[in-house]
Amino acid sequence: MSNPETRPRRGFPSDSLVQLSSVRFKEFIREPEALFWTFAFPIILAIGLGIAFRNRPPEVVHIAVVGPSPAAGRVAAAARADSGLAVEELSVDSARVALRTGRVALVVVPQENGQLEYQFDETRPDARNARLLADNAIQRGNGRADVVTVSESHVRERGSRYIDFVIPGLLGMNIMGSSIWGLGYTIVDARRKKLLKRLVATPMSRAEYLVSYLISRIALLVGEVVVLLGFAALFFGVPVRGSILQLALIILVSTFAFGGLGLLIASRARTIEGASGLMNVTMMPMWVLSGVFFSSENFPRAFQPLIQALPLTATNDALRANLLRGAGWGAVGPEIAILGAWTVATLWLALKWFRWR
Amino acid sequence: MASDLAVSVRGLRKRYADVVAVDGLDLEIAAGECFGLLGPNGAGKTTTIEICEGLNSADEGDVVVLGRRWATDERELRERLGIQLQETQLAEKLTVAETVRLFRSFYAQGRSIDDVIRLVQLDEKRDGRVGKLSGGQKQRLAIACAIVGDPDLLFLDEPTTGLDPQSRRQIWDLVEEFKSTGRTILLTTHYMDEAERLCDRVAIVDHGKIIALGTPRDLIASLGGEQVVEFVLTDSGNGAGELTAEMLRQLAGVRAARSRGEDHGTVWELQVAELHRTVPALLAELTRRDLHLAELRTHSATLEDVFVHLTGRQLRDE
Repeated sequence: MSNPETRPRRGFPSDSLVQLSSVRFKEFIREPEALFWTFAFPIILAIGLGIAFRNRPPEVVHIAVVGPSPAAGRVAAAARADSGLAVEELSVDSARVALRTGRVALVVVPQENGQLEYQFDETRPDARNARLLADNAIQRGNGRADVVTVSESHVRERGSRYIDFVIPGLLGMNIMGSSIWGLGYTIVDARRKKLLKRLVATPMSRAEYLVSYLISRIALLVGEVVVLLGFAALFFGVPVRGSILQLALIILVSTFAFGGLGLLIASRARTIEGASGLMNVTMMPMWVLSGVFFSSENFPRAFQPLIQALPLTATNDALRANLLRGAGWGAVGPEIAILGAWTVATLWLALKWFRWR
Repeated sequence: MASDLAVSVRGLRKRYADVVAVDGLDLEIAAGECFGLLGPNGAGKTTTIEICEGLNSADEGDVVVLGRRWATDERELRERLGIQLQETQLAEKLTVAETVRLFRSFYAQGRSIDDVIRLVQLDEKRDGRVGKLSGGQKQRLAIACAIVGDPDLLFLDEPTTGLDPQSRRQIWDLVEEFKSTGRTILLTTHYMDEAERLCDRVAIVDHGKIIALGTPRDLIASLGGEQVVEFVLTDSGNGAGELTAEMLRQLAGVRAARSRGEDHGTVWELQVAELHRTVPALLAELTRRDLHLAELRTHSATLEDVFVHLTGRQLRDE
């Protein structure tokens, strides 16, 4: 036919790799929903958590005294001496309801013989706290003297607040989510639409096809990280104490590990539903276990080796070490090694099992 | 001569879990030929073409494409083939030009992106999203992606299924344009008009086997009659039950006669060489037997009639 043209094919980057990567990138940025979940959602979550867990003046603890009676009046007056306690006098019934619904943490019942009974749920930390505060105030009000003099100095340091803890966790969770979804969903969708089959009917290099996903992922990642960390630093003063080079490497290797996991999930699934199930089964345990919202050390010791081996735990630990403590290379070495191992293992299995048709 | 064959298939068999899709199929397609596999859905057309395309594997049989085999020469073959699959959905978020450019980038040699877009008449949609194209436009884009590598052999699997008449004609023009450059095409279809118009030769496929092979004209001529007469009798006639195919074959100019049951009664079908002699003879015979017509139709014989003649079934259940 008219003017066939020839162009050199091989070399790096080859034209097809450039085309595949740019197509991948364009497809993503033309999807408004994906943009929202990737960029806006983590920020909204950070704002929400920042507000919920902002550092406030020490909270006032609500307690109730069963009354009315002269004894109840005396107990209430003694308790009110502590500014950290809010005291109300209630009838037996309303006190029971208030305790059950958590409106008060402790109910004090004056007995006929002049003794006091404390009613509270001893498994609730705030109830135990209320018991200590109320008991202390009542005993003092009745004349108990302290035997040792103490003084207090209050510490609220940048880098040790809850928001400082949670931002690296959100960043890790975001890297995991966008890598696994970004690869898993797109590949399964292409397989379902027979696009994958159409592509392997051309001379396209299959390795280039898969590599193009990682390249476009990394391009998007720069945006994701800058947006979330920039926001956290600007509005919450979350510190970035470690080296930027180390931070970039942690993010890169975790993207590879999660990208490999996404590829593995997508390697055989034929339907979006099947893949979604697998993705959730993969990600859900890590959301809980890997220290996104609370420290993974809350789980029993016996589980720790397993939890530490999870890619999200490694990512979060390494991110916290870099951002909050400015740790050296030695401190993040084990985490980077774990993520590297995940990358190699998942990519190897994914390539072995990948279904192209 | 083997070297002149674009595709050669010998003793092809393919079985899925509980069905035999292809059951000992032989095929020879000459270079420069437009060859059609014609048959009903489930006849094994797609399985056959996908084995030729190297997208499916054969259980048995030998497949040689452009003088090469898939097992040893996949890379070279991929460079020289253009493929349109039955159900591919191209990425909706990309533009027409981006899609063609992507496919072009896979081939070492090929045609310019602009030429191909112009050829498939999508110039105006060049920067439009694939998701916004009509069915016919999408199919033309699929063909653009198939020919952008400047292939020697083009595979089209049901290229016009589900399209409106105008879109079908546009696709036919494209196929004829490609044909005019002397390259080979293998297409599957269940539209006999498509096969008659585009194909130099057709193979009629049923139950995984080729049951007839030849030019559309030869196949139709093989019926012995170029015209078809169909009629239905009313129930009221006295001797309705007496009519047999044997009697009808005695009529002037009738080459074959058969009946088939349909919702509105038994349809009689005659293959006829000379309509002007057969119809008066038929009417006289029915009058003599006191039978009355409810319907009478005639049409020129098509590949559909060839299929009906060979299998006793309609090509499409519509």
